[in-house]
Amino acid sequence: MSRSLYDKLWDAHVVVDSGDGKALLYIDRHLLHEVSTPQSFEALREDGLEVHRPGTQLAVADHSVPTHDRNLAIDDPQAAAQIALLERNCAEFGIAYLPLQGNDQGIVHVIGPEQGFTLPGITLVCGDSHTSTHGAFGALAFGIGASECGTVMATQTLWQTRARTMRVTFTGALQPGVSAKDMALAFIAAVGSSGGTGHAVEFAGEAVEALSMEGRMTLCNMAIEAGSRTGLVAPDEKTFAYLEGRPRAPSGEAWEAAVAHWRTLASDADAVFDPEIVIAAGEIAPQVTFGTSPDQAVSIDSALPGDGALKRPMQYMGLAAGAAIAGLPIDHAFIGSCTNGRLEDLRAAASVIGGAHVADGVRALVVPGSMQVKRQAEAEGLDRVFKAAGFEWREPGCSLCVAMNSDRLPAGARCASTSNRNFEGRQGAGARTHLMSPAMVAAAAIAGRIVDVREALA
Amino acid sequence: MNRLERVEGQAISLPDADVDTDVIYPARFLLITEKKGLGRYAFADRRDEPGFPIGVGNDRPILIAGPNFGCGSSREQAPWAIGDLGIRVIVAESFGEIFYSNCFRNGMLPIRLERDRVESLRRIAEANGTILVDLKAKTVVAGDLASISFEVADDRRQALLNGWNDTTRILALHAADIARFEAAQKRAAPWLWT
Ligand code: SF4
Repeated sequence: MSRSLYDKLWDAHVVVDSGDGKALLYIDRHLLHEVSTPQSFEALREDGLEVHRPGTQLAVADHSVPTHDRNLAIDDPQAAAQIALLERNCAEFGIAYLPLQGNDQGIVHVIGPEQGFTLPGITLVCGDSHTSTHGAFGALAFGIGASECGTVMATQTLWQTRARTMRVTFTGALQPGVSAKDMALAFIAAVGSSGGTGHAVEFAGEAVEALSMEGRMTLCNMAIEAGSRTGLVAPDEKTFAYLEGRPRAPSGEAWEAAVAHWRTLASDADAVFDPEIVIAAGEIAPQVTFGTSPDQAVSIDSALPGDGALKRPMQYMGLAAGAAIAGLPIDHAFIGSCTNGRLEDLRAAASVIGGAHVADGVRALVVPGSMQVKRQAEAEGLDRVFKAAGFEWREPGCSLCVAMNSDRLPAGARCASTSNRNFEGRQGAGARTHLMSPAMVAAAAIAGRIVDVREALA
Repeated sequence: MNRLERVEGQAISLPDADVDTDVIYPARFLLITEKKGLGRYAFADRRDEPGFPIGVGNDRPILIAGPNFGCGSSREQAPWAIGDLGIRVIVAESFGEIFYSNCFRNGMLPIRLERDRVESLRRIAEANGTILVDLKAKTVVAGDLASISFEVADDRRQALLNGWNDTTRILALHAADIARFEAAQKRAAPWLWT
């Protein structure tokens, strides 16, 4: 029987098949961060359990970490306690922890691939919904809750329901100035914020093959914003080239054997998906969200809808039905997050600046996704480009993507952001978020209003 | 885990679509590392709105929500906080997937129903009528409505009815299966075992 990539990944991890679409699934890798695991460790203690395979777990603090000078003490006592607790829990249960002051710290979904911890063909979980990111490598990766994190640590398994499969094929090539973020937003707008619920989404087609690993991560990262816990891209030569030589990736003979297996990880030609969605990549214009759900996005050159059902989000966002999105003034700009905090994203943003300066009245932040990204960007001189233009250049962390540290926006602030969620209050109570690509955010920061980056680049 | 078999009482109605977990439990309270007593932070940024239906002092065990309830982040603080307000059953047309499974891990029952059924229950809730949810029979009974059947995976239903702990149950029942799987994977994919 022909199988999809998802089927192959699923079948290879069934420990017990209950026969009704459910299976006890083996979990190869678990990423931990400070926010979703305190209660998981507590549950292990309550039940008197140990971590089954500590070597398959990797922890890092990212959500609540300050992004100012790493050498200063953390001034929020709650955040300091939460980060210290992760460190203690990892030490107690024998789990590797990437320290805050070290060279490998970063957002959990950036460091997994960087470390070669994320591999094709594996199951990978994390107490974080954007775990879908790792599907860019052809891994079955999905977000779980804190209770499930405890189950994974103690048993290396989870009871899961087999998902249905959806394929999204991007035909053709993207226009200049249009990126993986725009593909993600266009896809989410097309299917809606729950259109992918219950489905594993495989992204395919020329435009996906043409994406770098960074771009594929951006795309899979946002699968959850369409309701799907799992995004997938079949691994290929780019995937292997990205992973080769990474610290936790296999090496030598083991590498050769792994790659030989990974080459079999593609959907069979006659695999059936329901539904099949086809999007012409060349017709995607830069996308901007206008509402408080990531599916509420429009092309930069179109007007806002006038639909009455959108009254509450439009009111929250302070927007009038039918108005143009281009030209809307902003006062904040944020470049970072596990969606768009990688080197390629910073390059794309920096390339738009071209010696210009951030507009008066706009506060703009660049928060690299990891220490490695930060150092590479500095080696290329990107930090100087940003700083000269008036952007703040920060230490890695989730920062304004989730506003758990001191990076929070005041009520009413309007932010052009490369993050993934425009939910009410996501960047601070009452703050307004417009999601867009790194190039679009940089262009908006310079112009002081939302503009079409294609014109800025022309 | 708390057992759940029958829940009877009045219901809250929150019809908004796409109520995400950031709205249910704003991120700034995620700095708290406890799981008990989180109800006071539930809907913190919305509950001062005039007429907002959910808050501390809630005595209604059932929530009739809008479509895609609990979408967004995986934070289990969302069901912990809702549960702390005494809500045991949530009825909606659809749920965020991670939120949906998190509910079961915390002695709460999310019920998916077709839109017209959700809306008929909403009318009962708004009229302060009583709703009876019976997990054994997989039915919802309310006012003069015909009894409504709902679907729930059998393992989840059993876990709720019996108050099972997933982790210790897997270890008790499947330790040998796990060991067998691991031995096979060591041979088939040795690079995952270095
Ligand atoms: S960057 Fe944002 S979406 Fe990504 S893990 Fe951090 S908080 Fe979550």
